[in-house]
Amino acid sequence: MKKTYILEDLDCAHCAAEIETAVGKLEGVKSSTVTLLTQKLVIDVDETEAAGITKEIRKIVKKFEPDVEVVEK
Amino acid sequence: MSKKLKKLLRRIGIGALLYLLAILVPYIIPNLNENIELGLFLFAYFVIGGEIVKAAVKNIGHGQIFDENFLMSIATIGAFLIGEYPEAVAVMLFYQVGEWFQSYAVGKSRKSIAELMDIRPDYANVIRGGNTEEVSPEDVVIGETILVKPGERIPLDGTVTKGSSSLDTMALTGESIPRDVAQGEEIISGCVNLSGVLEVKVNKVYGESTVARILELVENAGSKKSEAEHFITKFARYYTPVVVICAVLLAFVPPLILGGGFTTWIYRALSFLVISCPCALVISIPLSFFGGLGGASRAGILVKGSNYLEALSDAEIVVMDKTGTLTKGTFAVTKIVPAKGITEGELLENAAYAESYSNHPISQSLLTAYHYAIDKSLISDVEEIAGHGVCAVYNGSRIYAGNSKWMEKQQIQAQTAEEIGTIVHVARDKDYLGYVVIADEIKADAKQAIDGLKAAGMNKIIMLTGDQKKTADSVAGELGIAEVYYELLPKDKVDRVEELLGNKSEKGKLIFVGDGMNDAPVLARADIGIAMGGLGSDAAIEAADVVIMTDEPSKIAKAIQISKRTLIIVKQNIVFAIGVKVLILLLAAVGIATMWAAVFADVGVAVIAILNAMRAMRAK
Repeated sequence: MKKTYILEDLDCAHCAAEIETAVGKLEGVKSSTVTLLTQKLVIDVDETEAAGITKEIRKIVKKFEPDVEVVEK
Repeated sequence: MSKKLKKLLRRIGIGALLYLLAILVPYIIPNLNENIELGLFLFAYFVIGGEIVKAAVKNIGHGQIFDENFLMSIATIGAFLIGEYPEAVAVMLFYQVGEWFQSYAVGKSRKSIAELMDIRPDYANVIRGGNTEEVSPEDVVIGETILVKPGERIPLDGTVTKGSSSLDTMALTGESIPRDVAQGEEIISGCVNLSGVLEVKVNKVYGESTVARILELVENAGSKKSEAEHFITKFARYYTPVVVICAVLLAFVPPLILGGGFTTWIYRALSFLVISCPCALVISIPLSFFGGLGGASRAGILVKGSNYLEALSDAEIVVMDKTGTLTKGTFAVTKIVPAKGITEGELLENAAYAESYSNHPISQSLLTAYHYAIDKSLISDVEEIAGHGVCAVYNGSRIYAGNSKWMEKQQIQAQTAEEIGTIVHVARDKDYLGYVVIADEIKADAKQAIDGLKAAGMNKIIMLTGDQKKTADSVAGELGIAEVYYELLPKDKVDRVEELLGNKSEKGKLIFVGDGMNDAPVLARADIGIAMGGLGSDAAIEAADVVIMTDEPSKIAKAIQISKRTLIIVKQNIVFAIGVKVLILLLAAVGIATMWAAVFADVGVAVIAILNAMRAMRAK
């Protein structure tokens, strides 16, 4: 299933790429795309893993960009 | 400006003052203790870059050693250690100024691109129980009636039930001439109501309305990344580690081989670290594409992804469908040929009256061409013979209108018509009045479209049509298209495109342009499928990679032009950023470039590249 997150205040291109790669490696995530200009993270995740995924994503984002707020859409 | 940016700006301002103080104090108080001087510089340094050092320390814990915070910290702390205090602080200061400017520019461009596509309606005036209520467009259901006042944006798709007005479709189509609407007509969300008050019966919920679909499409366009973006991501992954390793080697190998002081070489190595961030590239390439996508959508061209915008610049073959793409797909009177002594108006009047009872498309086009209202009391005894024509009594005379067989049957000597299309011969009693040609019209800008494509370097333009040879040749001849395939079934069109795909060069791309109605398979098969007249057509928006919102084929050349311009900017940025960085790296290695030059290679280049990227947005 597709999930979209807004990464508020994301303004570092390098970090965007790091977040994209790290989220893509999470269990059950089939695809992960971060678009810096729309500040969006779109993932395709298995239904079975979807429940806990937001928490995992928050953890990753905090690691690379502590100032960025993750908002689920 | 966000809070974060304001905070950073304040920090930079205070830091810069402290830095100036640290430089000036030794001049005012001579023989100052060197430790106090160092203390002043360190104070300025931590005010400016304390956050960076903190983040660096934190990130080492996460195992991120090639993180830019870390590299900057090492470079500046290293400069302190070798006694270059002013430079250490300056590097951090300019790095922060650059970071600030970068964030500001990205935020600004994000905003201006968003404004470019600002078609989102804020509210809807819905009529409930006799009163108008202002609600969010999402809260209106199908079947409800909304009120749209002049100056307001139409929030949802629907049918006009009351009133008439003209609509500004500029934001959706790039078209500056307003479109007139009246009762009973369908209208599309996103347009701005210009003159009259309209009551509109909603026929789509907000999520399925045109405006929501377009916004979604544009927002997702950035996530389909281009080759250039993939290249840059890959490049960045190797660039930083390679430069850092070079820096380490530069610091220790030459002094061991050549002898001499470590300080000189460490200074050069630190400059390397300053240049090692690939930011300029990573940020300016997607920004250029995004700007290009934004500029295109302002011109009424929706490109569904950066990858398609990139592919358009490699277009080599353009395959176009005839009906609906180059021609209007509707019938209209294209020529009136009266017999001797008869005026065009007289001929048309008789034809229109005779056919006025029929609702065949041919009669409709005659009535449209006639312009005046038909007084039905003047006609009687209407008779229609299928496959031949009609006869009716008008103003006391018997009028015959139909094909040549119909004329033969009445033993009327009709003129032979050479024109392409449907010919309607007209006779009054036994006198021949002349004939009217009804045909599918070529679009006003079709010739300009083909010329534009030729000017853009497309030397292979091909027209496909299901029509017969005579019609196909005539349209192609008029437009200057050399290669034409006719009498094709939808399946044949796919086969043709397959064949052409096999014959093109490896890098070249094939564009197929259709109206999106019956050619979904071909649109999908082509490298780039372009659908015409997307405004209001879900099928077209769904099937194509590029959607032209209006009916103008000349926008195809425009799309290619925007694509080429964007790609030029992308290439400029890649060459400029990599070029400057490599040059400064070389100069730093041999000791010509100072750390100041290194800071320029890092943040200066990023800022220039971002400003250049913004040009992509301004489509001419």
